[in-house]
Amino acid sequence: MTALLEVEALRKCYGDKVVLRDIDLTVLPHDVICLIGASGSGKSTLLRCLNLLEPIDDGTIRFEGREVSDPLVDPRDVRRGIGMVFQAYNLFPHLDVLDNCTLAPVKVHGMDRAEARERARERLGHFGLADKASAHPDSLSGGQQQRVALVRALCTNPTLLLLDEITAALDPELVGEVLDSVRAEAEAGMTMILATHEMAFAREVATSVCFLDQGRILEQGAPGEIFSAPREDRTREFLRRVLPAG
Amino acid sequence: MSDWSPSARQLEREQVAVRLRRRRGLTATVVTVAFLGLLVLGVTSSPGWPRVRETFLSWPDAKASFPAIRDGFWVNVRMFLLAEPVILLIGVLVAVTRHTISPWLAPLRVLAVAYTDLLRGVPTLLVVVLFALGIPALNLQGLTTSFFWLTSAALVLSYGAYVAEVVRSGIESIHPSQLASAEALALSRAQSMRYVILPQALRRVVPPLMNDFVSLQKDTALVSAVGVTEALYAAQDYGNFNFNYTPLLVTAAFFVVVTVPLARFTDWLSARARRRERGGS
Repeated sequence: MTALLEVEALRKCYGDKVVLRDIDLTVLPHDVICLIGASGSGKSTLLRCLNLLEPIDDGTIRFEGREVSDPLVDPRDVRRGIGMVFQAYNLFPHLDVLDNCTLAPVKVHGMDRAEARERARERLGHFGLADKASAHPDSLSGGQQQRVALVRALCTNPTLLLLDEITAALDPELVGEVLDSVRAEAEAGMTMILATHEMAFAREVATSVCFLDQGRILEQGAPGEIFSAPREDRTREFLRRVLPAG
Repeated sequence: MSDWSPSARQLEREQVAVRLRRRRGLTATVVTVAFLGLLVLGVTSSPGWPRVRETFLSWPDAKASFPAIRDGFWVNVRMFLLAEPVILLIGVLVAVTRHTISPWLAPLRVLAVAYTDLLRGVPTLLVVVLFALGIPALNLQGLTTSFFWLTSAALVLSYGAYVAEVVRSGIESIHPSQLASAEALALSRAQSMRYVILPQALRRVVPPLMNDFVSLQKDTALVSAVGVTEALYAAQDYGNFNFNYTPLLVTAAFFVVVTVPLARFTDWLSARARRRERGGS
């Protein structure tokens, strides 16, 4: 199978501070890659580099066979195929839920407005949000907002989904509903890269887990390997801190 | 819920609350009346008061000058009704232009910066006079020499610069994460501005914008400096002829009658927008 996304020797700095170095990552279709690691290890920055929200300082990113880190590539062309969900939801507060979900399909993908609304309603229904279509984001709970953000990202039919710690800002009892939605997408075959602190979830849905430490992918492997028999001391140390004892 | 009846303690508390509220209301009324009474007393007992009453508060003069001022005020109203939409348009265009990044628009960006710097720096009265006297002096074919249009243009340009800065501050107050998520959805820079940033920015700047518009309504009186017969000009004309300045207060009343309801109306508008976004549905 040909890779959907290939990252080679990616480097990213903020001023003198190197936040990502020598990142190599290959993502095949239907992969679910979980990025784990302490806060500040570079998980979010890596995701933002992949859809060109952040300029990179070295290395290459290839998406669907094309080098997208080429400055002559229009970032918009790349982002049309990549959905992203942020930790803080980032819904558009002046638009209702349905308009949030149809803005990009209509304005970017040229979809017919009525059709876009129809599809968005359908998706909202799948995610248990059918009755929220005309609500404004600020009147929803955090879990509902994050599910709307997920629907918004999916409405453009992306081939790759980037999820940036999407449950980190939620109350514990709301985490489950969002993860259920993500799990359903993973099972439906969506290719995803997600930064997460939910280790149990990563273990369950990931096809591959990357442990990031100080801007490097220190260790990558199947969830069984990483969580049961980590190779690196630092991985072991990190897992000991975040996993419940036992 | 239905089987609840307030306890004796709660009833007692409510009684005390009512008593306290009454006492506060009474205190506020007494203090306000006393304060206003003293103010009126202070003014009316000043040595020049009889003279002031005669020249500024003459009912016959108010009545006599009213029609001319009313007709003049119509000029002010037309001027700001005409100017406000154009100002808003210029303000938004200039503010958005300053936030473009395309190299093709570089000359427009320079122009936008120069425009706001210059027009905010020069007193509005001076712009009005320069336009009214300077532009006809150019002897350009086909250009109006009507003082009404020339001074309106001066007000538009002067206020456009202020409004542009207000809109720009609104644009800059929108959190960068909004732009990030618009860009992540592959919206172009222009689309992000048009559909995501600007609508939020404009909502946020409605109060300061209205402040500028109220200010503009008053500043339409500046055009009296070049002899456009609006309300203030009519009042001064009457005053100079009859040695009575009551018409000035009549004019003030005209302006107040328009600006105060407008301010309340905009308060109501922004409160409604807030309710819609926060409250639900």
